[in-house]
Amino acid sequence: MPDQTPDRIPDRSVLLDHVSIRFGNFTAVDNANLKINSGEFFSFLGPSGCGKTTMLRCISGFSEPTEGKVLIGGKDMAGVGPNKRPTALIFQHLALFPLMTVAENIAFPLEVRGVSKKERRKKADELLDMIALPGIGDKKVSELSGGQKQRVAIARALAVEPDILLLDEPLSALDLKLRQHMRTELRAIQKQVGVTFIYITHDQGEALTMSDRVAVMSRGVIEQVGEPDRIYNRPRSAFVASFVGENNALQGVIKGQSGDLAALETPMGTFEARVGGGRKYKAGDEALLFVRPEQLIPCATENTFQATLSRQEFEGATNHVFAKAGDTELRISMVNAGLAGSLPGQGESLSLGFAPMNGTILPVGHMASES
Amino acid sequence: MSRHTLFGGAYALAFFAFLFGPLVIMATTAFNSSRFPRVAPWECFTTGWFGELFGNARLMEGLMNSVIIGVGVVALAVPIGLAGALALSELPPKLRSMLYTVLILPILIPGVVLGISTIVLWGQITRGTGAGFLYNGYFLTIVGQITFVSAYAMLVFIARLQRFDATQTEAALDLGATPGQAFRKILLPFMAPAIGSAAFITLLASFENYNTTVFTVLSESTFTTALASKVRHGTDPSLSALAVIIITLTLVGALTNEAYQRRKEAEAGGRASRSPLYANPVTRALTHPGIVFAILVTAIGGITYAGSQYDSSVCEAAVLQEKLDRQEELRAEQRARIEAQEAEQGVTVPKPDSAFGGAFGGVGTPAAPAAPKPESPSAFGGAFGGITAPKTEE
Ligand SMILES: Nc1ncnc2c1ncn2[C@@H]1O[C@H](COP(=O)(O)OP(=O)(O)OP(=O)(O)O)[C@@H](O)[C@H]1O
Ligand SMILES: [Mg+2]
Repeated sequence: MPDQTPDRIPDRSVLLDHVSIRFGNFTAVDNANLKINSGEFFSFLGPSGCGKTTMLRCISGFSEPTEGKVLIGGKDMAGVGPNKRPTALIFQHLALFPLMTVAENIAFPLEVRGVSKKERRKKADELLDMIALPGIGDKKVSELSGGQKQRVAIARALAVEPDILLLDEPLSALDLKLRQHMRTELRAIQKQVGVTFIYITHDQGEALTMSDRVAVMSRGVIEQVGEPDRIYNRPRSAFVASFVGENNALQGVIKGQSGDLAALETPMGTFEARVGGGRKYKAGDEALLFVRPEQLIPCATENTFQATLSRQEFEGATNHVFAKAGDTELRISMVNAGLAGSLPGQGESLSLGFAPMNGTILPVGHMASES
Repeated sequence: MSRHTLFGGAYALAFFAFLFGPLVIMATTAFNSSRFPRVAPWECFTTGWFGELFGNARLMEGLMNSVIIGVGVVALAVPIGLAGALALSELPPKLRSMLYTVLILPILIPGVVLGISTIVLWGQITRGTGAGFLYNGYFLTIVGQITFVSAYAMLVFIARLQRFDATQTEAALDLGATPGQAFRKILLPFMAPAIGSAAFITLLASFENYNTTVFTVLSESTFTTALASKVRHGTDPSLSALAVIIITLTLVGALTNEAYQRRKEAEAGGRASRSPLYANPVTRALTHPGIVFAILVTAIGGITYAGSQYDSSVCEAAVLQEKLDRQEELRAEQRARIEAQEAEQGVTVPKPDSAFGGAFGGVGTPAAPAAPKPESPSAFGGAFGGITAPKTEE
């Protein structure tokens, strides 16, 4: 466990112990059970309405779990209000105080703790230096750009000196360029202050690039927790496979399994692929086979089949090729080999295949588009 | 100019004449020395009616009472309205609409009913609890007016609260503020403009209320009830003077507010910021709401002072003289007619014993009316003496 830290470093872990949150009959979070380590950059990734904000509000103390416990730093947080928890939340729409200046905003946590005016200003200026916006302390919030507001909100949250910083889709209002820039910046700030970041997003790019670990949520259920590359390469459910990155799905019937590999009979032929999540299947079980577009390659020697190119989208470095094999539309990403290579033409027949380790067999379940 | 704009212009003119005509006429009558408020015939320009207005003890006492009651009502109705609005915003939607109806009801109930029920209820309470000292016009009027005035305040607060982002309070709590601190430092500053307007509206509502107050005020009187009873005994131009004062105060308030709003919009970078008025430093300073207010107050102060120095007694005396002369003329005609009749009938009546002589101050002393002084023993002198009364404070 990485959180076996020396005593003087505070325990900044969060433990969700079988947490369920219900609104009437509706279950917004269903039996979440996971540990977020001290100093980790942890993301909750899921489509809109899957219960991410609900989860975050429960950690920060705005609502109590209907079932289960939230432990922060090993302490049970039941009955502890948001103003008493060592957490700071950055709201989806930031919630900066429009009637205060930037410096007053940042120093607000100190003001309510009775810190003197001079001290507050000093601390606000320090934090403004940290977020690389020195000298804007006397501006009004309305005079700031989106990215500046973003950083001021972070500075204000850090003024609390929280153990846990919770961020609710803080970048969703920014344009693409700024969003990418802020990703790097957030990560840098997190490394600098060593606080546990719990980051919420429905943008998989954000989650995969910034996080140490990611939890993928769907309909209130945490489907999978793991490092970004494991989430991408070893999805454990049909939802994760279809939500994170692009994927081709083929439905079929299991013919047999030996160890990690199983054979699946589909309308396009029988394929051998890795079994996701170490599950055991019987012959005759229904299952789904997922193959990533960039792992479907022409001139493969294993799991080969024929398809007809129906259309392509050129995007510089990669060429997105759409091909039909029987009734199934497939998506293939081909690296642009430049003038030395050659692109297939419309209506051309392609011979495709994939390595068995690059295909994942998963139980039938709901997919991202249905969520 | 097309016929359209001609018609539109005429319509606008007629509309404004309809709206403001009565005000203009009423304001004009305040400066006519005629005993009855009228524009024609114009007698003399006078500022005496203002003096008469301020000299009216009953009205001034009512004004004092109105101020006391108004302050009491504002001090209680604003917090009550704020609390009601906050409570409503916290409730689930179904309960909210129900409570809303209950809180709004006092506005819909006739003021007369509120007034009477206030007396009845508090009469019972004060008698029952031995707190008889509470059974007075001030207390009853304050509680009676609060029943509906606080609903006005609540409506103002509800409108403002609807624009409040509740995550602001949550953010404050999350940053370590206690609920009390979040209220004081986040919600109250946001509500400040609404508190200002609610205070203003409740003060006005309290001040101008008649229906409820006329019952609850018991033997006291407020400005409005005193005014009403004065009107019942016949109106005179001192009420026009009051109208002039009210119109002036309203105009000063409106102009200052307009200057303030424009400046705020200009600062926010709106359309007004492109006005050349804000480009030039002199006009920019001149349009500052504080300066605008100061200029208006100075101008009104100057006019008031000049008005208080103005003496219309010479003109009024001349008018009086004119009236007396006319009277004399009529009397002479009548006498001539009577004499002609008597000559016909062959009867002679001694002149000094004339029946008219007593009534009109002695026909035998034709020199008397020539004296313009109201101290004149003439019966007319007494009747018209009131015209010069406003001048008594000189
Ligand atoms: N106070 C509430 N009462 C009833 N249902 C609620 C309440 N709050 C949230 N929900 C429901 O819980 C579900 C999850 O909501 P939540 O706000 O957590 O979604 P989210 O994952 O944050 O979505 P988004 O990405 O759009 O912000 C939604 O279906 C929502 O309707
Ligand atoms: Mg959300």
